[in-house]
Amino acid sequence: MAEKNLNNSKEEKNKIKWADNLLNKKDTKTNKTEKTLTFLTWASIFIIWYIITKLKLFSPTLLPSPLRVWRSFLFILENGYNNVPIWIHLGTSLKRLFVALFFAIFTAVPLGLLSGYFSKVEAVIDSVIEFYRPLPPLAYYTLLVLWFGIDDLSKQVLLFLAAFAPIYIACVSAVRKLNKDFVLSAESLGANQKDIFLKIVLPASMPEIFTGIRTAFGVAYTTLVSAEMVAATSGIGWMVLDASNFLKSEVIFVGIIIMGITGVIIDAGLRYLEKKIIFWKGKV
Amino acid sequence: MNTKSKNEVLIKIKDMSVVYGKENQSLIALKDINLEIKRGEFICVLGPSGCGKSTLLKTIAGYLKPTSGECLMQGKKITGPDWHRGVIFQSPTLYPWMSVKDNVEFGPKMRGLPNKKIKKIRKYFLEEVNLSGIEDQYTFELSGGMKQRVALARVLANYPQVVLMDEPFGALDALTRDNMQNLIRNIWMENKTTIFFITHDVDEALSLGTRVIVLSKQPGVILKKFDIDFTKRILKNNSKNVVYQDDYFKVKNEILDIIHNQIE
Repeated sequence: MAEKNLNNSKEEKNKIKWADNLLNKKDTKTNKTEKTLTFLTWASIFIIWYIITKLKLFSPTLLPSPLRVWRSFLFILENGYNNVPIWIHLGTSLKRLFVALFFAIFTAVPLGLLSGYFSKVEAVIDSVIEFYRPLPPLAYYTLLVLWFGIDDLSKQVLLFLAAFAPIYIACVSAVRKLNKDFVLSAESLGANQKDIFLKIVLPASMPEIFTGIRTAFGVAYTTLVSAEMVAATSGIGWMVLDASNFLKSEVIFVGIIIMGITGVIIDAGLRYLEKKIIFWKGKV
Repeated sequence: MNTKSKNEVLIKIKDMSVVYGKENQSLIALKDINLEIKRGEFICVLGPSGCGKSTLLKTIAGYLKPTSGECLMQGKKITGPDWHRGVIFQSPTLYPWMSVKDNVEFGPKMRGLPNKKIKKIRKYFLEEVNLSGIEDQYTFELSGGMKQRVALARVLANYPQVVLMDEPFGALDALTRDNMQNLIRNIWMENKTTIFFITHDVDEALSLGTRVIVLSKQPGVILKKFDIDFTKRILKNNSKNVVYQDDYFKVKNEILDIIHNQIE
């Protein structure tokens, strides 16, 4: 009988492999058409942009040509903006972003999971989050500037608050959606509350936590740029604001494109991490 | 655990009722249940769906508290889940972020056993369920039958006094199911496990259990208990031929009659 079973499991394994191949094949095929479509979208955006500027429908101060933006980009890359290298501007912005995200993750995840797990913790925290979450971050930013000054600290606190809510909410909902049988089976296997929290609830919530982190990143990033536009003396957002004061529209374009590309790269990085850390996602 | 007397009563349920909900919207799931589970028994619980089979299992596991009456384990009231009563769910609750090895070792690790012993236990039980050599795979890479075998190994690794199984093979195809039934019968015999097994398949109950309990539909009452020995005959003859014998059919028909009367 043992032999029979062994054969069976081998067959089963082959079956799974076969199904996997089938799925992957389909995946790569659709990926290819979709990638072409994405590429075509961007190509047409650039072509339309080029044609509009070529026909001189608007003055170059309002809509600079792609070439002008490209030249301005090269110039800024070489000489910086306002004698400060572009890397410093970008670096300042990213530092604010990541410091805030770091603290948000390390406070929102445990608090969110605990809130989902213990209704009493939720009773303490939840209403505060619900109150400030719908507020536009810039509404309380002025207050933060008064308290923490115009430099990095006020921005980090602002971004921290902006990033905290989405992660916290994702964690609460992750615990709510948790497969109760995971917890029950762990209890029946002899796990205590602490083990269940760290070894079952936390990993089981990881997929949602990561979605929360990606949302938080998006919110924090937009908040960052707006905050730098309101009050700052450096950063990529400030660069755009400063350029608009002098009607240097090509610099505004360069700034916006850099912001966009940075955002896409960071999100891709987060997605890569997600795939590595939560390798089981969607496979249960 | 083999040294203890064979007829020791492990689980004793006295006049137990379980009611869901509050007064005017209440639902009596189980009523006046009296049941003893003795060491080494293989008890199968049969009944139409919605008859409170799972509720009975959950109260023994400690997930639910009886509304009235008592549920005792070795004389002590069951107050919550613990590792002496292992539970196997219908859909295996293996942890997808852990490898097969870590899943099976979870129980012994939680109980703080020494590493050497944990490794030995894991090896032994993966062999028992015919799954040696897949320790490092993840559970989502396995088929339904293999998953349920890992779940079985994980529960057995704690050497529980009773294994509670809630329609464990319900989601498997017929062939895999047959294999699993042979597997669980052999494991039960070899390890002298005590098993409480819920199913809605009369043949499964008759070919596995030493005792079959038939529950009625709402409120769940024990209608009849059958002491049977088909599973031992299957083990002895190494064949399932007993299912073609008259006494098997007689019991089977009696059970089917009881259940059909319930449904109509």
